[in-house]
Amino acid sequence: MAARLAIVLGLALLAAVPPLLPKYALEVLISILFFGYLGACWNVLGGYGGQFSFGHAAFFGIGAYTSTLLFLHLGLTPWLGMLVGGALAAGFGLFAGYLSFRYGLRGPYFSLVTLAFAEMLRVVAVNWKAVGSSLGLVVPSRGSAPLQFLFAGKLPYYYVILGMVLGALLICRAIERSRMGYALAAIRENEDAAEAAGVNALATKLSAMAVSSFLTALGGTFYAQYFAYIDPSLTFGPAISIGGLLPAIVGGAGTVAGPLLGSFVLTPISEITRAVLRGRAGADVMLYGLILILVISFLPNGLMGWLRSRRAGAV
Amino acid sequence: MSAGLEVRGLSKRFGGLQAVNRFDLTVAPGEIVGLIGPNGAGKTTVFHLIAGFHPPSDGAIRFEGVSLVGLKPHAICRLGLARTFQLVQPFAGLTTLENVMVGAFNRARDVAAARRQAAEIVDFVGLGPRRDVAARNLTLADRKRLEVARGLATGPRLLLLDEVMAGLNPTEIEAIIGLIRRIHERGVSLLIIEHVMRAILALSHRLVVLHHGEKIAEGAPAAVARDPRVVEAYLGEPVEVRR
Amino acid sequence: MTWLFSQAVVSGLLLGGVYGLVASGLSLIFGVLRIINFAHGAVMMLGMYTSYWLFVLLGLDPYLSILVTGPLFFGIGVLIQRIVIEPNRAAAEHNQLLLTLGLALFFENLALVLWQGDFRTVRVAYSGASFMVSDVLVEVPRLIAAGGAVLIALALWAFLRMTDAGKAIRALSEEAEGAMLVGIDVSRIRGVAFGIGSACVAVAGALVTPFFYVAPDVGESFNIMAFVVVVLGGMGNFLGALLGGFIVGLAESLGAAFLPGSLKQLVVFGLFVIVLLLRPEGLFGARRGR
Repeated sequence: MAARLAIVLGLALLAAVPPLLPKYALEVLISILFFGYLGACWNVLGGYGGQFSFGHAAFFGIGAYTSTLLFLHLGLTPWLGMLVGGALAAGFGLFAGYLSFRYGLRGPYFSLVTLAFAEMLRVVAVNWKAVGSSLGLVVPSRGSAPLQFLFAGKLPYYYVILGMVLGALLICRAIERSRMGYALAAIRENEDAAEAAGVNALATKLSAMAVSSFLTALGGTFYAQYFAYIDPSLTFGPAISIGGLLPAIVGGAGTVAGPLLGSFVLTPISEITRAVLRGRAGADVMLYGLILILVISFLPNGLMGWLRSRRAGAV
Repeated sequence: MSAGLEVRGLSKRFGGLQAVNRFDLTVAPGEIVGLIGPNGAGKTTVFHLIAGFHPPSDGAIRFEGVSLVGLKPHAICRLGLARTFQLVQPFAGLTTLENVMVGAFNRARDVAAARRQAAEIVDFVGLGPRRDVAARNLTLADRKRLEVARGLATGPRLLLLDEVMAGLNPTEIEAIIGLIRRIHERGVSLLIIEHVMRAILALSHRLVVLHHGEKIAEGAPAAVARDPRVVEAYLGEPVEVRR
Repeated sequence: MTWLFSQAVVSGLLLGGVYGLVASGLSLIFGVLRIINFAHGAVMMLGMYTSYWLFVLLGLDPYLSILVTGPLFFGIGVLIQRIVIEPNRAAAEHNQLLLTLGLALFFENLALVLWQGDFRTVRVAYSGASFMVSDVLVEVPRLIAAGGAVLIALALWAFLRMTDAGKAIRALSEEAEGAMLVGIDVSRIRGVAFGIGSACVAVAGALVTPFFYVAPDVGESFNIMAFVVVVLGGMGNFLGALLGGFIVGLAESLGAAFLPGSLKQLVVFGLFVIVLLLRPEGLFGARRGR
């Protein structure tokens, strides 16, 4: 009951407060929701399915580049281009996933192969003139054009990402309670036993991969439209891959609220560190590394896991 | 006979080791067949082959007329053949009920139906009081029941039990014997690997004895127990059959 | 064309020797601790910075500095293993992977914070020295690095074969429970293995300093190379790692010679993906039943 009240209250705050915030605070909040979104997308395959991808940037980049290129060359509104990007990313995800799962890659080997795929796409983008190579692509942003996913101020972008992250969390919740959720949990706990109990591990993992990659690509389009600039290392680089998995792990992989909670903890830490240690690039990521080590060592189920065990202990 | 399990000429080589050699086995609907033999005889390997975890090197496996060779384990489960593991493999982080629900999804249309069917099975095997306990917190005896429950929830017509009584005390063993009988009464055929002799002798309609991957005896429990080749394989004395 | 080819072969083999040493360390760590050490490249980077600072502050030649770097990073490796990894040895596999990722992020960015991202170089008297073998150019520092790397890797191989500690390490990587039963101090050996692996990669860093730029992210590319090499050569297969190093060095070099831009990386990654899919136990690893 208290949890439900907290959620309603939280949603109300998230909806009502931002117009009152100063520009910098709004930017940070957008950042928090953005990484929470990426975390939730990663969570579908990583947290719920137990398949830890280190290369989700592959899907992010596909989304960002697809919608941007369609916009630049065909004038297609990114609202639709986003869906095309998502479909392409899902296609790539199914391809990469099928290869990996069909050949029995699990655990660290799966992580390594996803890393390799993301890096390969990055190298391709760097060397491909048609997509701008290392110079990247600029998204033309002349003022406000809502139908083209372009807004004059930051506030509309905030509501877009808020909608996206809430949508992603709802999707996670729906999956968690569905037949697929049980199958994923079984695979995560013990894939062989799951197979013996009738779970089609390959099909289930591929489904999770498709959802995860599709949603991640949408995040890529958001990024392109918000920052109006993309390049290979920004979109296909490890920063995005890690940027998604870190909040999910810290907040609690395999939970609905985990990724968002993790982002609410990590992103402000990053912002504060960067503000305080101005000019010392890397201090925030250094702290991330330390936090990751501490969380794995002392809170292996993330913050949500810790909160739940405290509640269970108190009862 | 196209019903039940039919295994013909089953063989499996692992590198230089012939683990199973031209093994024949049938389990007719309604039968309880015991598969016994000394340690290392290849019994669990036979289960792995039937249930699709290893491909056979040679031979045929048919269940209700359908060939199982080359099918993935989940497909075999769909066809109505379930198995348990010698070393129990629970979904540690899930509760008893959730564990069984995973199996129930094999037949159930949706989550509500799966939960209903799983709840019925959980009560049937006697784990009702521990329905919401995480599997990792169950005792060994309860985990064994859970393993059986999960297999049963998949709605099999044939259930393969692999040393389900290993590590249990006499009281627990009695309870499992009772459970197996009740499962049989529900119309499930059983193929059981077991080392607890009195249990398997009491339960089985027919015994098959495996030694060094080959069948050395088959028949009614009493006769097999007294077969000198079997006794020699086990290095024991003829065992009294008490029903 | 053939000249380009032979030049690429030579360059590839020379750098491949270094990859082999880097990968041997990674392979050793995997063999004993069963973890894929994401922080491996970061340790190499720290080794390079150590060489750099020893050169700049004390005028110590990078090749001589390995006498310092080796023991220093052996100690650092043991410490890291003891403080961060050993307490979590029972954790889930993917969590242990994340631990090393955390270490990588920490060290790479520590370097960034301390020394900024500017490229630094070490120029010694022989940095530019080279000679010709028929029409192929051989650069002296690369030759020394390759030679040094191979020597150290072979010395390590001998250590594993002939000393008690080495045998204990091999025992542990082949049969952990058995090793415990015969009284091997498993915890200590794990620390030693991580220490040796770290020392190897740090020394490899020192060896390449005369001809490679030094920057916080330099470890990343070697990291990926090391993964590819180890997967190619077989996780835990020491000599496989050395041979794998040469193969990967060749693949990269030939890719660089015949493909435009930075597409050479595609060759290496492509090789990586193919090996992972078809033969994850490596070209030289023992086949595991799947």
